[in-house]
Amino acid sequence: MSEIPKEEYITTCTAACAGCSSSLSLRYVLKAAGPDTVLVVPACCTSVIQGMYPNTSFNVPVYNIAFAAAAACASGMSKAFKSAGKKTNVIVYAGDGGTVDIGIQALSGAFERGTNFLYICYDNEAYGNTGMQRSGATPLGALTTTTPAGKTETKKDLDQIVAAHNPPYMATACSAYPLDLYKKVKKALSIEGPKFIHILAPCPPGWRYNSDKTIEIGKLAVKTGSWVLYEREYGKLTVSGPSRTALKKPHPIEEYIRAQGRFKKATPEIVAELQQSIEKNLARIKKEEEGIC
Amino acid sequence: MLMISTGNKAIAAAVKQARPSVVAAYPITPQTEIIEQIASYVANGEVETEYIPVESEHSAMAACIGASVTGVRTFTATSSHGLLYMHEMLHWAAGARLPIVMANVNRAVGPGWNTWAEHTDAFSQRDTGWLQVFVGTVQEAYDATLMAFRIAEDERVLLPVMVNLDGFTLSHIMQSLETVDLGDFIPPTRLPYAIDVKNPMGYGPMTGPDDYFRFRWDIERSMRDARDVIRETEEEFARRFGRKYGPAEEYLCEDAEVVVVSMGTLGKEAEVAVDLLRKEGVKAGSMRLRWFRPFPDLDLKGREVVVIDRDYSFGFGGVVAASLKAKTGIECYNVIAGLGGQEVTYDDIADFVRNRRIGEEMWFGVSE
Repeated sequence: MSEIPKEEYITTCTAACAGCSSSLSLRYVLKAAGPDTVLVVPACCTSVIQGMYPNTSFNVPVYNIAFAAAAACASGMSKAFKSAGKKTNVIVYAGDGGTVDIGIQALSGAFERGTNFLYICYDNEAYGNTGMQRSGATPLGALTTTTPAGKTETKKDLDQIVAAHNPPYMATACSAYPLDLYKKVKKALSIEGPKFIHILAPCPPGWRYNSDKTIEIGKLAVKTGSWVLYEREYGKLTVSGPSRTALKKPHPIEEYIRAQGRFKKATPEIVAELQQSIEKNLARIKKEEEGIC
Repeated sequence: MLMISTGNKAIAAAVKQARPSVVAAYPITPQTEIIEQIASYVANGEVETEYIPVESEHSAMAACIGASVTGVRTFTATSSHGLLYMHEMLHWAAGARLPIVMANVNRAVGPGWNTWAEHTDAFSQRDTGWLQVFVGTVQEAYDATLMAFRIAEDERVLLPVMVNLDGFTLSHIMQSLETVDLGDFIPPTRLPYAIDVKNPMGYGPMTGPDDYFRFRWDIERSMRDARDVIRETEEEFARRFGRKYGPAEEYLCEDAEVVVVSMGTLGKEAEVAVDLLRKEGVKAGSMRLRWFRPFPDLDLKGREVVVIDRDYSFGFGGVVAASLKAKTGIECYNVIAGLGGQEVTYDDIADFVRNRRIGEEMWFGVSE
């Protein structure tokens, strides 16, 4: 961890919940990006965490924009900095709802146009700051306030959607592995064009576990293969270190979902379906890494 | 330089001279020609503008917002459903005090699908905090666009400006256009609170009731100050370039006993109607309302007023007539005409005056 700068861009007191992993992730994102950075934030937990006017808990400019508009706003900002001859990093830091649901058109447009920016989706698998309503990223079987019996549909595969746009760099990360995230942000920002990082961000109140278990839950997601860490540089996929073991032999999904209250109504059939989808996904990633598909 | 131009190309010519750093736009009929022309200026290297071909109008305005907040000049153009799709971001642009300039080619709103002129699209944005000017000629489309940049970017205003021109009847017709040698008429953009990484701030964060209320008041205060800025800008434009504009274009109003109030191209048609009526001995005048926001004070006391509304607020009445009544207390004869490009000739307008029934409303060709 010694290579990570000591500079902090988030103050020690924020409006984040105890054990919030999206703000933990942002801490490392900003350490990697440095001070010449502007954050673009749509409606999401981060728009709350930064604090209420006239205060801010971040030490970089934060531009708050309407829910559906983050990627388009960043497109304009990136072009404006270019026209002014500035090298400033433009980073969208958006939740899953603002990315996979309402913001996906702007995301797709910005990637198609080759916008020079980094889009980070921190995924707590629901609409977090409004009290955990279902999003397109909520997994099958999870309880939310709008899926009181458990979600009946599967999680939207954002990474495949982004991959279809052929960005020069995309990666997955998890708040439980900050060094891996830090390196990925560093690498992403060294590349010209649209970059994408998808962070799994466990959420104690939303996922219904104790706030001191945030790192443990994130690690279980990776160990069970529920969340696979990888990078795709110019189309070439490489699985990241922490996911190597899961790729060979994942822990059973039960270890991950039984640790969370949101899956308490998941039936054996749903657990089996979740396990199957993990195996299918791991097999696909393994093949892609080997260059078979 | 004197030339023949469409309304759309006149706007593009003005934008080119204003040299925005960023233009983000999405094509929509009948605005398309504006952005095609700008795209070709950019492609030919005639202007150093970053052109962002966005995937929707919502994104067009979002991209302008993202660019503008860094302190650069921005422009976009739209029409009808495009404008409606932007609606959320129009609030955001004005609330964030960004001097974005936009041309809106006024067009009806579906269904039924209709691409012809109507003012409902612009009036639906009435409360977004945008300044709105409506033009009546190709020349005015050009002149108003130049002035829009200067007005929007004035530190007393710092609000976005919408330049409205009627779809097809102005966007696509050819008239003479005299371009100006701009000189220093539009100074470099200076946004006092542009994003600066050396002075990091939060832009548009959560705001409690007290601060939010003050921000709203600040917008209104700037809207009021904008009246002076508009007047000063139009006066300076007249001094430098010889063409004079005001909150309304008055035609034979001095001694008029009956005044036709209208907007856009119908206002020019009304002038011909006034000539016709004068020949009949009717002391008529025309007042073409140019600025809709901020809404000007119009001198209509002691005259009979016929208001032509190319719009309607359902369950209520014509928007211009209602605005006039609210501002002046004057009862008018409200004619709803020209919706969806309905043809309205100067003969028709003369008839509206001849057959006026003050205090009543009439839907031209429908309720009569």
